[in-house]
Amino acid sequence: MRQLVPLTITFCVGTLLIVSVFIPPLGDLERTFTLWFDIIAVFAFFLGGGNLLRVHINKLWRRKKDWGFSIVTLAGFATMLAAGLFKIGNPGDIATAVDAPGSMFYTIFDSVVVPLGSTMYSLLAFFVASASYRAFRAKNREATLLLLAAFIILLGRTPFGLMLTEWVPDSFSLLQIPNLAIWIMNSPNLAGQRAIMIGIGLGVVSMSLRLILGIERSYLGGDNA
Amino acid sequence: MTFHRGRTSSLASGFSARLIIVIVVIAFLAAPAMWSRADGPDIVLAGSDSALVSLAPVTSLVAADNTYDNGDALRLTWVPSIDDRLIDSKIIGYRVYRLAGTGEPEAIADLPPGSNQYLDETVLRDSVYSYYVSTLSERAEFPSNRTAVISPQREWINLDRGYLFLIALAIAGAVIYYVTVAKRGKKLFVRKIAGLEAIDDAVGRATEMGRPVLFIPGIHDMDDVQTLAALTILGRVSRTIADYESKIFMPVARSLVMTAGREVIKSSYQAAGRPDAYSDDMVNYITDEQFGYVAAVDGIMVREKPATVFLLGAFFAESLILAETGNSVGAIQIAGTARPAQLPFFIAACDFTLIGEELFAASAYLSGEPRQLGSLKGQDVGKVIAMVVIMIGVISLTFAEAWKIEFMQDILDRLSVVFSTN
Repeated sequence: MRQLVPLTITFCVGTLLIVSVFIPPLGDLERTFTLWFDIIAVFAFFLGGGNLLRVHINKLWRRKKDWGFSIVTLAGFATMLAAGLFKIGNPGDIATAVDAPGSMFYTIFDSVVVPLGSTMYSLLAFFVASASYRAFRAKNREATLLLLAAFIILLGRTPFGLMLTEWVPDSFSLLQIPNLAIWIMNSPNLAGQRAIMIGIGLGVVSMSLRLILGIERSYLGGDNA
Repeated sequence: MTFHRGRTSSLASGFSARLIIVIVVIAFLAAPAMWSRADGPDIVLAGSDSALVSLAPVTSLVAADNTYDNGDALRLTWVPSIDDRLIDSKIIGYRVYRLAGTGEPEAIADLPPGSNQYLDETVLRDSVYSYYVSTLSERAEFPSNRTAVISPQREWINLDRGYLFLIALAIAGAVIYYVTVAKRGKKLFVRKIAGLEAIDDAVGRATEMGRPVLFIPGIHDMDDVQTLAALTILGRVSRTIADYESKIFMPVARSLVMTAGREVIKSSYQAAGRPDAYSDDMVNYITDEQFGYVAAVDGIMVREKPATVFLLGAFFAESLILAETGNSVGAIQIAGTARPAQLPFFIAACDFTLIGEELFAASAYLSGEPRQLGSLKGQDVGKVIAMVVIMIGVISLTFAEAWKIEFMQDILDRLSVVFSTN
């Protein structure tokens, strides 16, 4: 019974959504189900928020390792919750949006959360460099080809690439480094990407059928024997 | 008498002629106003403008029912104003007006210059509408004639998607056929997937080192099939972890994933006969915020130094940040995603990467269950269809372009109709 109900719901909803692609009067079903999912997810947020509080209060109470970080987390949680719930500093009345410019919620989000997010994102620049350094080492034939392609594309995206091969006559313009970079991106690279996309599409179809038909049920916490 | 009669006749005929001329002149002057009342609205001036530039209205305006919908859209097409073709055109756009029944005109859309169609998706089934389109200059509107009255109609089957239906039927049929074949006991060959073969070794390594396994299921919710695929793999991974008496930690970015993840791990521990070793603390919700989640997971990696990291699911800009941090703490990393843009990052930073379809095949592969393996075989039929169609397309295009063979062009046109998803 614990698995029968979710499996029945999965079968009915999955089948209906497939059928709705071909029957226009059912066309709005996808939007409706997405809306229902969002409503369920909102309720589930209480579980997530509750879990976060429980974990960090427990850590603080028992003075576990790095408990100081839990104070920051709980303080941030409480401040944002209060700012959002009571609309502290909101311009206008209580009916205005929680994230209206000028409100405490908006100010904290704009001056703390966004810059912190950008800081994390900016780490990407350094990680790209370190990952490229490892990936582009000519360890074998494939890695050497990768290195060569990467070198041409990097050079082709700079004015220096054009400067180096400007002398190549127009009849051999493909050999100019910027054109060669475009060719690598548009032909071998795109062909490879499309092959992966076709594989992904078929994989999704196969996986979805396994889920709809109830062949795959480990996501429900069963079938692990 | 004759003279008189003749004179009277001449006078009468002169009067009649003048009367006719007056009527014709009046009619000529009144005609545009009468015409505009019958078929379209008057020119509308915005403020006074002594130097008004007259613009030609759009022509051939037609309103038609949008095909294969639920009777909730009408499609308008027209030929743009001839003044729209001028380089220094005074046209700033077009405004679409709708009249519902005998109601007043209502402006429903402003479109840029050059527009020649509009899909009105705000209509009600079985109501009647007519439209006109105004050509807009800075100071005035120049309306077109009104369309005939039309009512949106509902269609029950989308015939435009007939080919899509057949293709879907072929692939789904193949999957179901091979599932049935596998159920009957036929042995099916599945190639080795290195990333999945390495799972046991990776978990074994964590056990030997006495460090935890970190499982990251992406940042999307349960409505993403990649998250579902990640959870199916989690079932197998956590079973191995339970068998090896190792530790697992799974930080998540969505509450529903937390609940589902707990159920999966709990069930695996029960199946392994170690329900007492399971704890809800194995799966923790962090935050929905993308980079807040990344910061927390990076912190966990640096502090806990997991021996093995699984990055399976939907990843975006955070993929490389997570993978590089995992690499820097010396973890063995198995990654997989169906987002082609993130695959290069995982390939560069992780030890094993499940590329696209391998992520979805993982659960079937790990379970070794015949029915699940059968679905992989059915998937291969789809690949064969794709390969054959690509070959036909390449050959047709080559012949059609190089030797201008019309028959080959016909094949290409047919293929583009068949594989159009609209």
